[in-house]
Amino acid sequence: MTAQEVRLCGLLLQEHFGDVVEKVGTHLIRCGVLTLRALAHETKLPLDLVKKSVCVLVQHGMCGFGPGRRGPAGPVEYHVNCEHILHMLRYPRYIYTAKSLYGDTGELIVEEILQRGQMTMSNTIRTVADRLTHNMPEGQTMDYSEVVTAFSRLVETHFLQRCPPSESSSGSGDLPQAMKQPSDPESHPDCKGKRRRLSDDGEMDQRAAKKAKKDNNECADEGIYWQVNFERFHLHFRDQAIVGAVSCKLDQTSSEIVRTMLRMSEVTTPATAACTQALSANEIFRALPSTYNIERPILDQYLALLVDDPMEFVGKAGDSGGGMFGSRSARIFRLLLRKRHLEQKQVEDFAMVPAKEAKEMLYTLLSENLVQLQEIPKTPDHAPSRTFYLYTVNQLPTARLLLQHCYKTVGNLIERRQFETKENKQKSQRIEAILASLQATEADATQLAEVEEMITAPERQQLESLRHHINKLDSSENQVDESIFLLESYVNSTQTSR
Amino acid sequence: MAGQGRGRGRTQFNFNVDALGFGRGDALPTATHTPSPLFPPMQFRPVPLHTGEEVEYMLALKQELRASSKNLPFHIRAARTKKDVARYSDKYQTKEQKDNTIEWSPDWSRFPKELCIKVQKARKSSGKIQPKLKSENNSIQRRGSSKTRGTLEKKEEEQHSEEEEDEKKKKNDEQEEEDPDVDQDFEEEELEDETDYIMSYFDNGEDFGGDSDDNMDEAVY
Repeated sequence: MTAQEVRLCGLLLQEHFGDVVEKVGTHLIRCGVLTLRALAHETKLPLDLVKKSVCVLVQHGMCGFGPGRRGPAGPVEYHVNCEHILHMLRYPRYIYTAKSLYGDTGELIVEEILQRGQMTMSNTIRTVADRLTHNMPEGQTMDYSEVVTAFSRLVETHFLQRCPPSESSSGSGDLPQAMKQPSDPESHPDCKGKRRRLSDDGEMDQRAAKKAKKDNNECADEGIYWQVNFERFHLHFRDQAIVGAVSCKLDQTSSEIVRTMLRMSEVTTPATAACTQALSANEIFRALPSTYNIERPILDQYLALLVDDPMEFVGKAGDSGGGMFGSRSARIFRLLLRKRHLEQKQVEDFAMVPAKEAKEMLYTLLSENLVQLQEIPKTPDHAPSRTFYLYTVNQLPTARLLLQHCYKTVGNLIERRQFETKENKQKSQRIEAILASLQATEADATQLAEVEEMITAPERQQLESLRHHINKLDSSENQVDESIFLLESYVNSTQTSR
Repeated sequence: MAGQGRGRGRTQFNFNVDALGFGRGDALPTATHTPSPLFPPMQFRPVPLHTGEEVEYMLALKQELRASSKNLPFHIRAARTKKDVARYSDKYQTKEQKDNTIEWSPDWSRFPKELCIKVQKARKSSGKIQPKLKSENNSIQRRGSSKTRGTLEKKEEEQHSEEEEDEKKKKNDEQEEEDPDVDQDFEEEELEDETDYIMSYFDNGEDFGGDSDDNMDEAVY
């Protein structure tokens, strides 16, 4: 793991789980694999705290465990899955996607499971139904069956998956991969509809009957845990990005065509394939939504257009030039991406930038490692005066570099936000202390209101601006995460195809 | 990079510098020895952020998640050490998070057994559980001998964890805690030498002769 990734993981763990888990987590990331005792010894924390932290991490799928180096008889060793921790940045996006696809119910289901790591189906349904009932007007209760339907649909479309069955505690045996259950709603246990007080529902089996206590809605699915399938969400985001890119480049109709193609290949193509399976034009025509009245010949034309487009649909190298270096540098960068190799003079001409500026910008990009220099000697002795120097962009290393920059950016954003919160916490605490002391002296209501207004008038503005800053920082985090996703997908897909 | 010869190690530039765009004698930036600073200076303003309903919603979600995760039992805070003198009333006051309790009940069958922290709730009989031979640091680990026992224990724990906590129960807890401690010590000692006799009771008679030599005059009552 790179330094920036470790830093970001630490900040995320600290925000969600506290300092103790952060300490344990970052240490484990840095060391790779450790036993529990080594971890406790090196972090100098009490063993119980370390155990609790590791439990939290395992529960959320961020830490895995397995037989140690000494085999099944030796102590268990733990390692951290960094990608899982970094996914925490994307939780709002997952939840929002679930909302847009499956409504409020789906949204709450995904949110509960994300917050708790893994849950049984019955637990989830119960909690979600309670929350929905809470928000409904008086007298109405949420029907369990609706929640069950939403859950089943999430499972069918693979957005939720079953957790791998637990390995034995001594750690022997291989760790099974996360299983994607077949899309068979009958395969997961049934949960009762409306809430009932009686415990003798006919469908519960004996094990559940034994455990029936206060909780009379015990369903027969103990030990079956569900977790969010991040890969599936990522596929969805990827498809969204592709469709968005096509609609930017061409037009709305062609993006619809692409969307249809992608939807058709969802089930036939494995997730990491470089391109979808071949689909005939007939199939596409039949699958197009009826709202778009696309005639057959027009479809053919669009397809031809899409095929000719030189843009690669699956992920692109980052377009960061615009932000840090100005739009003209961005132009030069894009130019180099497209034309691969260019000489100094050609860069000036194509980018329509004055020579001096072009040189400066190229040099800046070069010093930031976004652009590389390629030598092509004319003579065997590589004499500089007789060598071509071409500027070029290496996409994969550049993408990686930008990805690291993104991680650094998000880390900076989080730190800045924490700094702002801490600074202003003191101020707001002071206000609260004044108010509390006033209440203690039993000033009457009007006096209180007066004082409150008096105090908070200048400070209200400060609090407002604080809120505004924090919102901005949070929003930036979300948007940088979109770039992170694109770059990560690009790096991963390029690596696997090599 | 630009100024380096290919493995020749010469630092002077003997190529046509105009081809690269900077004139002879211009100050060249120094090579970077350290990673770029945490907040590098920016020459250009960043592009403005996206706005829109989607963005607002995700922002609200993010802040909500952050706030609620602080209230979940997964947020672990170290137990604060007592700064004051230990008081009698501490036993009866509701404590904050103790280090050796876990606030949520994971499914222990899916976790390595060594992670299980002793959760002392009122137990029907303490003989059910066999303690480990070695106790680690300050915690005492309990190992259920089979999975069904483990689930029964879990049931009991759940049952008790869902009850209201009141002071009497805390008292019970601590009494129970002490009992197994004592049991543990006994059993530890027994197991040390694997004999039937408790070692501390053994008197091997070495002191017998020495004492009586000194005080022959005094009567022994």
